[in-house]
Amino acid sequence: MFESLSDRLESVFKKFREKGKLDSDDIKKGLREVRLALLEADVNYKVVKDFISRVENRALSSEVIESLTPFQQIIKIVYEELVKTLGGEAKGLDLGGAKPAKILLAGLQGSGKTTTAAKLAKFLKKKGHHPLLVSADIYRPAAIEQLKILAQKVEVPFYEPKSNEKPLEIVKNAIEMAKENGRDIVIIDTAGRLHIDEDLMQELIELKKTFNPSEVLLVADAMMGQDSVNVAKIFNERVGLTGIILTKIEGDARGGAALSIKEVTGCPIKFLGTGEKLDAFEVFYPERLAGRILGMGDILTLIEKA
Amino acid sequence: SKTKKFLSEKFSEIFEIDKIVDLKTIEELEETLILADVGVETTLALLDPIKTKILQGETLTVKELKSFLKEQLISFLKDTNKPFPPPGNPSVLFFLGVNGVGKTTTIAKLGKILKNNGYSVLLVAADTFRAAAIDQLKTWGERIEAPVCALQEGADPGAVIYQGISYAQKNKIDVVLIDTAGRLHTKYNLIEELKKMVKVINKLVPQESQENILVLDATTGQNALSQAQHFSSAIPIHSVIITKMDGTAKGGIAIAVSHKYNLPIRFIGLGEKPEDLIPFDKNSFVSAILPD
Ligand SMILES: Nc1nc2c(ncn2[C@@H]2O[C@H](COP(=O)(O)OP(=O)(O)OP(=O)(O)O)[C@@H](O)[C@H]2O)c(=O)[nH]1
Ligand SMILES: Nc1nc2c(ncn2[C@@H]2O[C@H](COP(=O)(O)OP(=O)(O)OP(=O)(O)O)[C@@H](O)[C@H]2O)c(=O)[nH]1
Ligand SMILES: [Mg+2]
Ligand SMILES: [Mg+2]
Repeated sequence: MFESLSDRLESVFKKFREKGKLDSDDIKKGLREVRLALLEADVNYKVVKDFISRVENRALSSEVIESLTPFQQIIKIVYEELVKTLGGEAKGLDLGGAKPAKILLAGLQGSGKTTTAAKLAKFLKKKGHHPLLVSADIYRPAAIEQLKILAQKVEVPFYEPKSNEKPLEIVKNAIEMAKENGRDIVIIDTAGRLHIDEDLMQELIELKKTFNPSEVLLVADAMMGQDSVNVAKIFNERVGLTGIILTKIEGDARGGAALSIKEVTGCPIKFLGTGEKLDAFEVFYPERLAGRILGMGDILTLIEKA
Repeated sequence: SKTKKFLSEKFSEIFEIDKIVDLKTIEELEETLILADVGVETTLALLDPIKTKILQGETLTVKELKSFLKEQLISFLKDTNKPFPPPGNPSVLFFLGVNGVGKTTTIAKLGKILKNNGYSVLLVAADTFRAAAIDQLKTWGERIEAPVCALQEGADPGAVIYQGISYAQKNKIDVVLIDTAGRLHTKYNLIEELKKMVKVINKLVPQESQENILVLDATTGQNALSQAQHFSSAIPIHSVIITKMDGTAKGGIAIAVSHKYNLPIRFIGLGEKPEDLIPFDKNSFVSAILPD
């Protein structure tokens, strides 16, 4: 659907090649293409602005102007800055604090929280942990039933709430059940909510305050557009996040929202959801996503030429 | 909402005095349109010619520019004079879209609207894949007091559709609303499954009694274009419903979707309750993107 960044830069720089040497105007023209590519990948407008100015500072240095391969140099700088912004080393989960450790999942409606809760349980089980699943979603029709079925599929115990139990009671009882059964992690699924829904945000704040989870993870859809910034910022400011999980990344979304979310929250992206199946779940590595945001699969080979 | 207020304040700032458009105004407009997910392509297509004019020394007041932009955006939004629901015995509304956009909830909301307008409705649970999807639709059926046709989890979606439409024909139900499993538009097998379902419908009711509705999430960015493209190259899509317009997302990508793929927008979703669905109104949609 979109022209890849390398094609675009190539056509910009072709013109300059004849001229022999680049000047700062040429580089600015190249960076304009980078800017468009990032906007088309759904990186937030303001985030793009800051990002481009960081890249520009480096690109205007002599390393590019005097290079014989300025095109590859620029891509290299963009790529390196992207990887740096997306978050260097892959970060594991923090499972410290009082036992059992609690992991709280939150996010907008339909982002993939319930599915991710089950995926995470499966992932942790494989690592030798003994998780327990609980759903504090008393609102969405059949939400609890959904997690119950998924818990059975991944063969992880599930706390079945009694009717009329409120989210706080549900989670409290689930933690009791985990203690009684020697489970070391409680994964808490919550109802989808808008960041501007005062009552439901308050509920999330309560949950966090009461149970002091070691991880509060925002589950975000990789197809999100410009609004990802508002959502992530408010969830982080109101509730306090420790990390991000990006779902539905196996399609053709460029996933620029990840860059925006990372930039405004500073929280590490920890995992990717790569499908509806419960093992479609991966630890996050920034390199791959960086190439994808730029619409370039072959980015490493290009950079090697730089 | 905060952002809506912020954006409208920003806009009234830009347009407060009917000043002459300069490059800074253009840049501010670009920012507002892109932040509303109108998309780079559409935004630049609208603003670049104006920029050129300004650079050539032409003068234009901000008021003129703004009404021009609004007109353009409105003209991109495709109209339809096809009746809704389409005439038929029964008429069949087939819902599709990527995962989690709000298909099932929208069906319940629309079922309620149709019932309030005197139609009898049947909800068909052709999402036999996702955990508890059938229970979810059944619960909605109880809430809006509509019958639900369902088989067991894992059943062939085509078989459920066949049963549902046959039941509606026998029992003289006016409108059948079919819920399908969420699927990414890039998954070959799942797209083939969609085609099969449409074939089943085609066998039972004439084309003019069918409306295939693509459900899009207002928080989606540029990928909505790819969704529209892939889905509409697999089966005919007749209209769009945009959900989750109650958040701070503006759903601006729907403009490009409507324009490029000739798709009218029928309704917008404004929440999770049965009454949170309203007919789409071009003017107020565009005004939310470019407020007065
Ligand atoms: N393709 C794909 N689908 C996913 C992924 N993760 C979740 N889904 C699907 O997205 C849809 C929504 O997932 P849920 O887990 O129900 O989302 P949720 O955030 O719990 O939704 P609410 O509780 O309603 O807010 C379902 O159809 C899931 O199967 C993913 O990584 N890839
Ligand atoms: N805020 C808001 N939430 C909505 C709206 N429409 C649906 N939702 C919520 O979005 C989530 C997903 O809705 P579903 O109807 O299950 O979506 P779906 O497309 O059927 O999902 P899959 O079948 O898993 O692909 C649920 O939590 C709904 O309550 C809306 O207009 N506004
Ligand atoms: Mg859920
Ligand atoms: Mg559904």
